[in-house]
Amino acid sequence: MNNKPIISCRNLSVHFPIGGGLFERKQFVRAVNNVNLSIPKGSFFGLVGESGSGKTTLGRAFLRAVPITQGEIHYSDGEKNYDLVDLPKKELKEYRKRAQLIFQDPYAALSPRMTVRDIIAEPLEVMNLTSSREETDEKVREIAHKCRLNLEHLRRFPHAFSGGQRQRISIARSLVSSPRFVVADESVAALDVSIQADVLNLLKSLQNELGSTYLFISHDLSVVAHICDMVAVMYLGQLIEVAPTRQLFAAPRHPYTKALLLSIPNLDPDYQNNAKKLEGEIPSPTNPPSGCKFHTRCPHVVEHCRAVEPILEHPELEHDVACHRWQELINVDTISVASTT
Amino acid sequence: MTLLTVENLTLEFDTDEGRITAVNNISFEVNSGEVLGIVGESGSGKSVTAKSVMQLNPSNCIYSENTKILLEVEGKSIDVLALKGGKELQTVRGGSVSMIFQEPMASFAPAITIGHQMVEQLLVHKNISKADAIKISIEMLDKVGISDAEKRFKQYAFELSGGMRQRAMIAMALSTNPKLLIADEPTTALDVTIQAQVLDLMKDLVAEYNMGIIFITHDLGVIAQTADRVAVMYLGELVEQGTVRQVLKNPSHPYTRGLINALPKLDDLDAPLTPIPGDIPSPLERPRGCVFHTRCTLVEPRCSESIPKMAPHGEGHTAACFVTAEKVGVL
Repeated sequence: MNNKPIISCRNLSVHFPIGGGLFERKQFVRAVNNVNLSIPKGSFFGLVGESGSGKTTLGRAFLRAVPITQGEIHYSDGEKNYDLVDLPKKELKEYRKRAQLIFQDPYAALSPRMTVRDIIAEPLEVMNLTSSREETDEKVREIAHKCRLNLEHLRRFPHAFSGGQRQRISIARSLVSSPRFVVADESVAALDVSIQADVLNLLKSLQNELGSTYLFISHDLSVVAHICDMVAVMYLGQLIEVAPTRQLFAAPRHPYTKALLLSIPNLDPDYQNNAKKLEGEIPSPTNPPSGCKFHTRCPHVVEHCRAVEPILEHPELEHDVACHRWQELINVDTISVASTT
Repeated sequence: MTLLTVENLTLEFDTDEGRITAVNNISFEVNSGEVLGIVGESGSGKSVTAKSVMQLNPSNCIYSENTKILLEVEGKSIDVLALKGGKELQTVRGGSVSMIFQEPMASFAPAITIGHQMVEQLLVHKNISKADAIKISIEMLDKVGISDAEKRFKQYAFELSGGMRQRAMIAMALSTNPKLLIADEPTTALDVTIQAQVLDLMKDLVAEYNMGIIFITHDLGVIAQTADRVAVMYLGELVEQGTVRQVLKNPSHPYTRGLINALPKLDDLDAPLTPIPGDIPSPLERPRGCVFHTRCTLVEPRCSESIPKMAPHGEGHTAACFVTAEKVGVL
């Protein structure tokens, strides 16, 4: 996948102000801090991290749904180019036709007072993508069919549907305007296991069919391992490792990525996991630690890590890591979970 | 030693839309020092099953007449459903049975300090002085790995992080020295690295206190790493029960097999994800016969006519399916 990036950011930061009352010092939550990332066109790109790592904020920055503090974001799908940071309002509306979001909670994302047909048709009407009601209906039926919703379903209200069906409605709404770039933010996290696999398969087949690019945000590494081509791991507002999925799971380089993989409960009751568990919790993004952001929890911390912040290196093609010691630690704490092919 | 015996538990809710069967005729046991994992998807009835052990279900819930829930405490057998009124129930609720909930932020009172809540429940259940209660509470917080326990004791729930809160919740649940602990999705709201810490802590505490645990979760991986025995529930029915190895390595019910196949596995990234076809039926429209027959790949005509009974598939391993039972020749 040596495709050109559909979206790329340089030194991107998103900081949210908090406090700042009369006697209070204004502080900032550094949700995304100095991130460089390129998402290849046509890829299914995974973004993983724990809560508070800034993965949702990064996803929304790509959609211009949060104010950008610093940095550049460029979008280019071969037809249109946008400089997302300095985007006039009118252009932003145009961009929204090309970039869409699928939400996490299918129970909160759908208006209970609208029929499924109206929910799916709304983006078309708002964006003036169709000229007649017949055309709108035609498009709604087409995408509904792809998301395995039948005509009977379109007449009903969301309350009549189960979680998996609602998520399919939500996906249909996001894809009806034929976006080129889709951010799926924890889109299967609220679903039961038996339904989750179904929605994942649907997303993947829709991507193949429609040729769009996905940014798939998730906290669940095993889901990401199965569906994504490339994965970026985020910790405290920064990217710490970016690699093709197989390579990341076969030979993780950052101590945090290794720890994440070791923390997943194995399905085999006889599996003995004697590796040391990661201690402590993710620090507050208002007051991040000095040097490497992970040094407070890293089992391999040395003085250098506390003082100097590692940058995301490109040691070899397509496997980036931000750690001073990754080369020395290459064989430490590694469980190989996937074979490289 | 058998700690808890649940026999023919049937539970219905009276709602505006009619009477809903939440749990249908299930039986299981929990021994001291044993972790029983209950797995199931949303709406399978796993939470209401556990809550019935403490009579925590809302007042519109109706237990069938032959339901029996017996708790063996200090040589006495307590019939939980016969208990009436706050005083009698207190011996069970928070006394011999404690519960840990999924979302620790919602289970601590926000305007009362953690310490005050811990002391309050100790004074209700134990005949001890306030000074002793404070001492026990701080010791417990220390034991579950909360650093600076004396400071945390005086803090409010919002001042603690998610993992800390769940540790405090565990400390509070264990401070009364319960015989049975019910943990309802205790790690679902936590990040994986924190989940691993909390699971380790719980395992250590079971060994130390020798209590019985009912561990409710939807995550088969968590079950594999914590439970001794597993009960699989679907739409209010118990479909399979056995040791964790029997159920996860050699599943006998098509639903258990389906769940395992639907799970993305890290050791084989090429394996296709096989969803269980269809959706979980609404509890208002429970299928006739076997509740799983609408989604089952092995379905036969008899599955929609009569309800399969739990049949033995090995020592202590039972499953409720006509088709798989016939294959192993136990029907």
